[in-house]
Amino acid sequence: MSGHFTSHFPESGSVDYSDQTSHIDDTTIAELRELAGRYPQPRSALLPMLHLVQSVDGRVSPRGIEVCADILGITTAQVSGVATFYTMYKRRPAGTHHVGVCTTALCAVMGGDALLDRAKKRLGIDENQTTPDGQVSLERLECNAACDFAPVAMVNWEFFDNMDPAKLDDLLDKLMAGEEVVSPRGATLTSWREAERVLAGFPDGRADEGPSAGPASLLGREIARENNWSAPTADATPAAQNPEATK
Amino acid sequence: MTDLLTPVLSAHWGEDKSWKLARYETNGGYRALRTALGMQPAEVVNLVKEANLRGRGGAGFPTGMKWSFVPQDNPNPKYLVVNADESEPGTCKDMPLMLATPHTLVEGVIISSYAINAHTAFIYCRGEVLHVIRRLQQAVREAYAAGYLGKNILGTGYDLDIIVHAGAGAYICGEETALLDSLEGRRGQPRLRPPFPAVAGLYASPTVINNVESIASVPAIIANGAAWFKKMGSEKSSGFTLYSLSGHVARPGQFEAPMGITMRQLLELSGGIREGHELKFFTPGGSSTPILTAEHLDLPLDYEGMAGAGTMLGTKALQVFDDTTSIVRTTLRFVEFYKHESCGKCTPCREGSWWLVQLLMKFEAGTAQEGDVDKLLDICDNIGGRSFCALADGAVACVTSAVKHFRSEFELGYHTPAWELFPYEKSALFAVQGEIR
Repeated sequence: MSGHFTSHFPESGSVDYSDQTSHIDDTTIAELRELAGRYPQPRSALLPMLHLVQSVDGRVSPRGIEVCADILGITTAQVSGVATFYTMYKRRPAGTHHVGVCTTALCAVMGGDALLDRAKKRLGIDENQTTPDGQVSLERLECNAACDFAPVAMVNWEFFDNMDPAKLDDLLDKLMAGEEVVSPRGATLTSWREAERVLAGFPDGRADEGPSAGPASLLGREIARENNWSAPTADATPAAQNPEATK
Repeated sequence: MTDLLTPVLSAHWGEDKSWKLARYETNGGYRALRTALGMQPAEVVNLVKEANLRGRGGAGFPTGMKWSFVPQDNPNPKYLVVNADESEPGTCKDMPLMLATPHTLVEGVIISSYAINAHTAFIYCRGEVLHVIRRLQQAVREAYAAGYLGKNILGTGYDLDIIVHAGAGAYICGEETALLDSLEGRRGQPRLRPPFPAVAGLYASPTVINNVESIASVPAIIANGAAWFKKMGSEKSSGFTLYSLSGHVARPGQFEAPMGITMRQLLELSGGIREGHELKFFTPGGSSTPILTAEHLDLPLDYEGMAGAGTMLGTKALQVFDDTTSIVRTTLRFVEFYKHESCGKCTPCREGSWWLVQLLMKFEAGTAQEGDVDKLLDICDNIGGRSFCALADGAVACVTSAVKHFRSEFELGYHTPAWELFPYEKSALFAVQGEIR
């Protein structure tokens, strides 16, 4: 293509075969097999298995691809074809903490563009890069289903709602310094790798941390309470208790 | 006349430990399951049909009818798959539901699976929501421990397993057949239909795919009856639903109301457009639904009301943009999303969305040529309806509707950059030093 075209989403290439390092051991392989055994057909476990590979190797490693292919009885080409289709799979090691700033239309307009620029400058890196000490990696995000909390940032796939420059600076500084950070709608941050392990299907016991809901989620419910509004009362004879009525 | 807001799904959000089984049972949870398991599966299907619950994930297809398409004489296992991939820009209702009250969904899954004679169900949740997935995993674990899942549920002889499955970042996996390919461990690319999933879905077996909100609405229908459900909304668009208001409003948030509330009413509840500004445009149901403007404020936000205005109810994701917003910039951003998320299977979508982005970038920079608006529409004409799935149609709809309402603003892109016409700093919620480009 002609060089003068630019895109916000430059292609990121294939898995990095020049780096053959891996920390996948027998324990990991046993866990990968366990995942394959959870589904009616083993190949359904491939996405969770790749999440687990990332939790161990910090990226989709060549060794991880081989192991998944071996367990599932498919080719490495089939595995890497899947690994390169989904944006959550990283071809280069992500940081201890992985930061995303949403720049899909609504967040972008409400300040996401400015926040992403600010994050790049503060961290001294570009999108899809990791700080030299390996502490923080940065990504331009697409809509993360939290639009009523825009502008939105994510760290290790935990919500950071209603971001502004001061909150972003504070967040990034704490992440860089390795200080404790709590998501306003989630748990105390672990690491990106530990998050990947939960996504693979190995819970970390933190489900009870954090609130039930954020303020925006509760707005309609609170207005209804103030006005004494509610759904109608149930039928005198609900159809459910009178199945004849439904025939 | 029903009240303006009718919290059912959201009624217990915010309560202490609302995500725990004990709290859910205190609030009456899992009673509907007992009722449903006392009915014949076909009776459950009929009740949901009679309530006229329509899919809350965008297409609005009647849920009970979808269930009745499952061929019960097919010897293969039947599967229920919950689409929790919530990725349509603007859509943010399923995540708070699963975060606050995941058992509402789990109970709905058990009842719905029973109705279609499925013994394995999947909740396919987008991967980028760690805490939501934690709460789902825990809710399913609690349900097993309480005997609501597993073998011989509540002594009825019915067996069901639920698998919580995390995706890995692909908007297209919200499209039901792409979701199935993804769940089979493949690249998420849509399938040609027919056969439809009800006949040959997951593992080529009969499969029902429903949105989170649709399935979560089932327990309340079982508990309170079809007539109760139809007291809310209209004949063709019945029941309660979650409306998600975001963007340049004083107070964005979730509003659970009967189908057919108007945008004007929702704006009043949310304190109106942010101070000192006016509404410019909004999406009724995510960025794939053609945009609307102030002239549409009094239309009922239901399936028919939106179809009548040439748009769709979609996911009821009302993204609000005020008068500081450049329509060109916003449209470019929407289309960049589709370009990035096009799975690449169909040429018109893969190449066409790329060309739309190139052209829209010229409009944004003020370097488009005379006649490029028509070229934009011409490209759209070559994309829409020419691909396997609706992603391409969504990409086109946001462009054609933007041109329809704001053609003259696009024409300014022949000579003036969008950031000069609408300084981007003014759209941000906070003060910005310098310029945003």
